[in-house]
Amino acid sequence: MNAEPINVTGTPIRGKGEVLLSVENISLRFGGVKAISDVSFDIRKGEIRAIIGPNGAGKTSMLNCINGFYQPQEGQIVFKGERRAKMRPHRAAAGGIARTFQNVALFKGMSTLDNIMTGRTLKMKKGFFWQVLRHGPAMREEIEHRRVVEDIIDFLQIEHIRKLPVGKLPYGLQKRVELGRALAMEPELLLLDEPMAGMNLEEKEDMCRFILDVNNQFGTTIALIEHDMGVVMDLSDRVVVLEYGRKIADGTPDEVKADQRVIDAYLGVAH
Amino acid sequence: MSDLATTRPAPNPLANPWIRAGLILAAAVAAILLGAQLDSSGTLYAVFIDPFQQMIQAPDLLVQTIWEGLVSGVLYALIALGFVLIFKASGVFNFAQGIMVVFAALTLVGLYEKGVPAFLAVIITLGVMFALAVTIERVVLRPLVNQPDIILFMATFGITYFLIGFGESLFGGNPKQMIAEQLFLPKGAIDLPILGGLVSLQKIDIAAAVIASLMIALLALFFQYTRIGRALRAVADSHKAALSVGISLNQIWVIVWFTAGIVALITGIMWGARSDVSFALEIVALKALPVLILGGFTSIPGAIVGGLIIGIGEKLGEFYWGPLVGGGIESWLAYFIALGFLLFRPQGLFGDKIIERI
Amino acid sequence: MLYREAGQYKSNYASDMAVFPLREDRIGLGVMLAIALVAIPFLGNDFFIASVMIPFLVFSLAAIGLNILTGYTGLISLGTAAFMGVGAYSCYKLTTFFPHVNIIVLILVSGLFSAGIGVLFGLPSLRIKGFYLAVATLAAQFFLQWAFVRVPWLFNYNASGAIEVPQRTLFGLPITGAAATAETRYFVCLGLVVVMTWFASNLVHGRLGRSWMAVRDMDIAAELMGIKLLNAKLGAFAVSSYFAGVAGAMMIFFWYGGGEAADVFSIRLSFNILFMVIIGGLGSLIGSFFGAAFLSVLPTALKFGLPALGVPLTGATAEHVTFMLVGALIILFLIVEPHGLARLWQIGKQKLRTWPFPY
Repeated sequence: MNAEPINVTGTPIRGKGEVLLSVENISLRFGGVKAISDVSFDIRKGEIRAIIGPNGAGKTSMLNCINGFYQPQEGQIVFKGERRAKMRPHRAAAGGIARTFQNVALFKGMSTLDNIMTGRTLKMKKGFFWQVLRHGPAMREEIEHRRVVEDIIDFLQIEHIRKLPVGKLPYGLQKRVELGRALAMEPELLLLDEPMAGMNLEEKEDMCRFILDVNNQFGTTIALIEHDMGVVMDLSDRVVVLEYGRKIADGTPDEVKADQRVIDAYLGVAH
Repeated sequence: MSDLATTRPAPNPLANPWIRAGLILAAAVAAILLGAQLDSSGTLYAVFIDPFQQMIQAPDLLVQTIWEGLVSGVLYALIALGFVLIFKASGVFNFAQGIMVVFAALTLVGLYEKGVPAFLAVIITLGVMFALAVTIERVVLRPLVNQPDIILFMATFGITYFLIGFGESLFGGNPKQMIAEQLFLPKGAIDLPILGGLVSLQKIDIAAAVIASLMIALLALFFQYTRIGRALRAVADSHKAALSVGISLNQIWVIVWFTAGIVALITGIMWGARSDVSFALEIVALKALPVLILGGFTSIPGAIVGGLIIGIGEKLGEFYWGPLVGGGIESWLAYFIALGFLLFRPQGLFGDKIIERI
Repeated sequence: MLYREAGQYKSNYASDMAVFPLREDRIGLGVMLAIALVAIPFLGNDFFIASVMIPFLVFSLAAIGLNILTGYTGLISLGTAAFMGVGAYSCYKLTTFFPHVNIIVLILVSGLFSAGIGVLFGLPSLRIKGFYLAVATLAAQFFLQWAFVRVPWLFNYNASGAIEVPQRTLFGLPITGAAATAETRYFVCLGLVVVMTWFASNLVHGRLGRSWMAVRDMDIAAELMGIKLLNAKLGAFAVSSYFAGVAGAMMIFFWYGGGEAADVFSIRLSFNILFMVIIGGLGSLIGSFFGAAFLSVLPTALKFGLPALGVPLTGATAEHVTFMLVGALIILFLIVEPHGLARLWQIGKQKLRTWPFPY
């Protein structure tokens, strides 16, 4: 067995560990439109993996394939060594994939607390009978999970909005609650779809800190889509670049930055 | 098949049409076998062979039944048309369309009974429908703008109840005779010798079909070639975008509700001429729902085709299979036909494939 | 000064998660129960109890049932009356087959049949949404109502097609049939409604309630959280129909005392219960009570109240006026407060909390 590669400060260099998820030759079509064609890449345990690309490059569709919301016509997804062509959304969730959404997809009629508690659904086992009584085991279970949820609320510093309905919260806070809901699932792989879209600088900095903390403290593997290049270059260990549904580059931030095709895709090519 | 796989998977194995068809077939076979076991006179025979034999033996009866279905289908389609007009332009699922039909017909007959000449009564009734459209826009739609669909849907329930109470206290709850003759609508029947039998076609039914086709053609032209029609289509696509280019939503809504009112009046006259004018029509109007399901909420051709399918389907079902279970299946058959279609095409007959995004 | 949360500290999660975390709310609930248990039976006359209170309780339970489906899970149903009918007819058949089993047990069991039928007609909800689903439930409404008339087995081949409610006793007291007094019937209804409301409250505050609301608010996200849409939706149909079924059985056994039940469980009843839920407030249990009170008491009040005030009203006119008023009130409520009476109640409480210094 090889020893983990260690850098000077003694922390393991991330992105060199074992592969958690790999996407192999994925193609996705909507009728005649090709959203993704023949894309392969992998995500290694513990790393922060960024997926970037111009609008309409197929980034969100890629995440949708990974957690089973879309089913690609071709290609396979290997997650934790299990190879499958089709993934069901709730199976993906049970397997430890959580995500946030580009346009916040919170449960608007519910409070922050309830929203994050739904993230615990898969971990709650007490059946219908105890649910009807809401005493004894059901209540103990509820309290146990409430404790976990309170830790997350504490971590994201959203104590003050605990009991407010999320529909009326400002956008930045909604994004934070959504992250909390995903964290409540204790995922192995966290998919973040533009976690910083529409945020001001301060909120972005907060969000960056949370993402790094999640990655460091819980060791959660993160795949994120982001348009802010500064953020991507600072946060991520490796970057995959998509354009028109194809992969055009894959590597460390510095490698990607220097790639001519990436520069062309972002700045345009002189004809 | 490959096309199907691109859209998101339904959460159950039933999503696969083959599995579903298989299950339905298996259930049907099981039910039949069970029936045949229990019933020595042969349920199998009664369900699968006898009705078709009847159809072949008496083709004139079959034609007659289809014609009956066609006619009630036209009327369903007319009610559905009123729904579609309003849904397209304002996104409101107008539950009150049925009662608007009754209300229009009652107003017409009520005015005539008060001594107003028939055609003047038609004009005044149109005025009443216009006033109704303005009132609904002012009192109901304008304050509720930007509310979720379900709230507006509920509000049209409110309109329904109000109009029931209002109509009954003005005109009384008793059924009335439609003034068909006074409006020069034809009476009597034509007997056509077809396939060795006689098929009797009521002239009023023929008139209904003709008038309905004319009206639909007119509406199509209106939508396609006038400035207001273009504005209507714009509003149907996006309220906000339409507002931003200076289309007045309020004006459009009044026009649309008034148009639906005109459709309601014509439906009311036709329906009233066949039976009589009463509040029982309110329940019949619910049949427009399965029609809409089949045709899609926004498609005028869909409403027509859907209406015809439902009308013919339920008449055939009632005539040939109804007696097997004691009759009266007309009250629910339409909904089951629609449900059956829905399971295979959730987006309706003419709808596009739904791609969910997130 | 009456209604304050200040000074009421929660030191553990259990007390923070209570349904009524505030002492004042708990006192209020106690007072309401005391009124229902003591004041109404002692002060109200038979007419009031039999024609106002019992219908109110039955409708409340049905409205809670529909609210679980429509308000909490976001699935529109226009077939509540049919599911109530299933409960009523199954209870009738059960009393025929098991005459010695306690009637309350039978009523609770008959809800299970209704739940089963509810799940069956809920199956299309996996595939279709919104108004489209309304058609599936309409299919249930018209098919079941047809069955209530056409299947004579359901009403024991009675020539008139009517249900005859037999006399049954609880602790020696007749609680159904002609000999049962209004008070006893009222107490039984009250007991059932209180217990079932408690169950409903437990459900909606727990894991199941949260998954229902998640499905309502954003079904796609709910699925990606690991909530199985199949289970959540069918579960909601089952629970909702169970409540409706029990309410339907109560309606025939404690309120109508028999009769041609097929006419009772008509589409109009379905609509009425839907209105109760809307006016009371979607997704609110207390709103179900408000809505039921409003829509079941209003017609009675108009019918008997206006003549008492000297306004001459014949029966038919009263009915028309009721229709117009109900229609107008529905619109008015939707304009003033689309979230129903329950939201008004909440706003009121909020005002009271900061009274007399709102800033």
